[in-house]
Amino acid sequence: MRVVVDLNRCQGYAQCAFLAPDVFAMHGEEALLYDGQPDDTRRLDVLRAEAACPVKAITVEGAGATWAAEGAGVSDGG
Amino acid sequence: MAVDGSVERLRREGRIVVVGASLAGLRAAETLREEGFTGTLTMIGDEPYEPYDRPPLSKQVLLGRVPADHTALPRRRAIEAQWRLGVAAAGLDPTAKRVALANGTSVEYDRLLIATGVRSRPWPNELEAGLDGVFVLRTMDDATRLRHRLKAGPSRVLVIGAGFTGSEIASVCRERDLPVTVAERGPTPLSGALGSVIGDVAAQLHHQHGVDLRCGVMVTGLEGDGAGRLRRAHFSDGGTLDAEVAVVALGATRNTEWLAGSGLAAGPRGIACDAGCRAFDVRGIVTDDVFVAGDVARSPHPLFGYQFLSLEHWGNAVAQAEVAAHNMICPGEERRPHLWTPYFWSAQFGVNIKSVGVPNMADQIIVSQGSLGEHRFTAAYGYQGRVIAAVTFDQAKWLEFYQRQIEQAAPFPPPFTTVDRRTEGMRPVPAGFPDPSVPTHGPQVTVSGHSPTDQRVTFTPA
Amino acid sequence: MTSVALLGQILDYANRADPYPLYAELRRTPVVRDESGPYLVSTYWEIQSLLHDPRVSSDIRNLAPEAKTGPRTDDPDLPPSFIRLDPPDHDRLRRLIMRTYGPPHSPRRVYGLHGEISGIVSGLIDRFRGRERIDLVDDFSYPFPVTVICRLLGVPQEDEQRFHGWADTVATAIEPPVGTPDEQEAHWRAIREAHHQLADYLSGLIEQRRRAPREDMISALATDRGADESPMSLPEMLSNLTLLLIAGHETTVNLITNGMLTLLRHPDTLKQLRADPDLVIPLVEELLRFEPPVQLLPERTTLDDIEIAGTTIPQGASLWLVPASGNRDPQRFPEPDRFLPDRPDNQHFGFGTGIHNCIGSPLARLEAQTALAELVRRLDNPRLVEDPPPYRHNAVLRGPRHLPIAFDGLSR
Repeated sequence: MRVVVDLNRCQGYAQCAFLAPDVFAMHGEEALLYDGQPDDTRRLDVLRAEAACPVKAITVEGAGATWAAEGAGVSDGG
Repeated sequence: MAVDGSVERLRREGRIVVVGASLAGLRAAETLREEGFTGTLTMIGDEPYEPYDRPPLSKQVLLGRVPADHTALPRRRAIEAQWRLGVAAAGLDPTAKRVALANGTSVEYDRLLIATGVRSRPWPNELEAGLDGVFVLRTMDDATRLRHRLKAGPSRVLVIGAGFTGSEIASVCRERDLPVTVAERGPTPLSGALGSVIGDVAAQLHHQHGVDLRCGVMVTGLEGDGAGRLRRAHFSDGGTLDAEVAVVALGATRNTEWLAGSGLAAGPRGIACDAGCRAFDVRGIVTDDVFVAGDVARSPHPLFGYQFLSLEHWGNAVAQAEVAAHNMICPGEERRPHLWTPYFWSAQFGVNIKSVGVPNMADQIIVSQGSLGEHRFTAAYGYQGRVIAAVTFDQAKWLEFYQRQIEQAAPFPPPFTTVDRRTEGMRPVPAGFPDPSVPTHGPQVTVSGHSPTDQRVTFTPA
Repeated sequence: MTSVALLGQILDYANRADPYPLYAELRRTPVVRDESGPYLVSTYWEIQSLLHDPRVSSDIRNLAPEAKTGPRTDDPDLPPSFIRLDPPDHDRLRRLIMRTYGPPHSPRRVYGLHGEISGIVSGLIDRFRGRERIDLVDDFSYPFPVTVICRLLGVPQEDEQRFHGWADTVATAIEPPVGTPDEQEAHWRAIREAHHQLADYLSGLIEQRRRAPREDMISALATDRGADESPMSLPEMLSNLTLLLIAGHETTVNLITNGMLTLLRHPDTLKQLRADPDLVIPLVEELLRFEPPVQLLPERTTLDDIEIAGTTIPQGASLWLVPASGNRDPQRFPEPDRFLPDRPDNQHFGFGTGIHNCIGSPLARLEAQTALAELVRRLDNPRLVEDPPPYRHNAVLRGPRHLPIAFDGLSR
């Protein structure tokens, strides 16, 4: 699984850090640190975080959600 | 192929080459495929890695929370590209439409996207730069090496330059409980980017977290021991400091040297392009088959008097790549302008710093919400009586309001009442930017006049 | 200037089951003054803008005296809770709560409730065994969130029943009073009495936990010294704990009940969810857009004249934002009146946005996701008994009062 957060969009609502604390962590009140390649055991947590982000700043690839939009999860093998 | 009439053929079977396989290059490639480009797509990158995200390198990676290779960027979709990684572009022949590579081969294109970004400005003395213990931080390899060295617990780290990257590195060192000295030529940290009023707050953060911050001083030399290991630094005030590690954080320089002789308007501030991301040539005439995106681009912005802006901003790289890719495969009337409002963030000492607009164009600043002393505030920047930028410390949720103020050219100082306006925010004060003729470390956004050519700019240190 | 007479209709109980046509009418003028006084804002971008506008205040003390309308829901004997304050007071209180409730100081407080939440849901559903019909509200949605809050705060299990009683009574304050003046007086007396008993109970619990702290949130609140600012006073704690109780209670009841109602109205989606339980994650987001538990944000006010969408809202005006309408704005969401469980780009106002965004949202999400996935998995052939079901009076926190569901059996 690969994750990236658009920290321009991020306003520090911390939903991801609540729902997937092993992947996303607040550093202070508002700054976010995260693991861009979380373990597959965190898959559901990451999907929850992605869906819950109030500003839709989280992009996930490879979580394999059947409902994931816009072709996420596809790799070109490069 | 450059004629709009053949755009359909270009979309179907054209050859597009993207030089620069980082954030902008990847997002451009995805957009090309998303919008129906089915021809051949070649991605050229000088690093041997697939596109990865750089902001984490100076934060979670250096902290040791995440391995450096956990930063590979997720794909929005498959791009079916031919990857030429680990080989730099070495030259461009725009007449033959050919990119020469460092390994002696070349690639031909119908449309070219240049997204070669920036690299760290190295320590100017090559011998000193080669000492064991002297680092820069830009790439994954840089981060891996520096992290390894920080983990070993050096007796003292010297950070040269208190721009955003330098300050983030100092913050990491303190969090790792390492003694750290920061040397900054300006009056405060971040003064080039945000001015010295906000820079004073940044200085308080440094002090509060135990950084030995030295402003108004330059590092004049790095001294090694007999084995070629860094031992000591010399300062312009005559002082010296023993340090095992020095991180040179003097900002970035654009990767444009490979374009020398190509005829494109490429210089140390980037490659000039129009609002549609098309590169200018040295005569100031726009090309139609060479496009530019990301940190290496210089493009005019209507909000800032159509001056050319060079932005080292993550969001700009994404937005500009998307516009460039769209315009590469669309006829003229369907093309879009790139009108992104500059947006930037940094995390240091547990504080989230965000800015919108172009702070360093401003002459005045006002604390419109919160308090500098509490390190939680929103400040608006004014230029000739209108709002030109805003910065927040741990108040990001207010920033989009100020973005609209900038986009509407709203009056400065803001004439209205807001929540959390304190006495210190009742009157604007000079923002405290250093003399613009003396470039500072990594201002992240540079306003560089109206001319697409870029010949009058000089750097100190050279 | 144009004005409308729509607020009365929106508040009219006759329109409770389907207020959405009224919202559509409202959106024809994005910002408009209602005959009854308040300014109504119903379109997505205007709501988004005002919720991030520092000229908008949540402190009713900034309302012009003639603009004051609605009843107070806080305990009148306590200081205002943070929802009714502006920065810097709002920020300080919210920060202090976050220290004990969420990241970065207590990052696993909510995450750690996963198991408890599943257990409570299973336990409540187990009690449906042997029945062919339930009232989802009374049998499930109502008891569930209060039990979760009790566990979160650290209310001992033996006190949960008493706690439920106070919570129910205190929460009725948000309903407009009905009946004769005497009955209304009795209603307010009962609420006040419940407030006092709840405050007494919480004070006792706080004192106990201060002396012998445990792992729960009340212990954390009682012992927190603050970081660089003064810790919460006892009255502040009582006021804000009461807020968390009411807000976390009523809204989650509605989210879950609206969720089952929506699923039962969309049998294909229900089937899809049964086959792919992870679908519940985006589905709850769509639910928050489609049937948000908080329909209106009443009584914000303007600290200055604000010009928006061609209208100038004067300083001191009463400002009512209608997020449930913004969520159906066709300028923002394609096919806004369709329920699409995997809708992309679903940046809804289900939890508001800006500095007052719902503090309980992560908990509400987990509760709703767990509850809906389990209900759908375990209820065999569930169906609505009546549609529309009877609604509660409240137009702000809108939801069914009862939701009778018939079913054929219960899976394990």
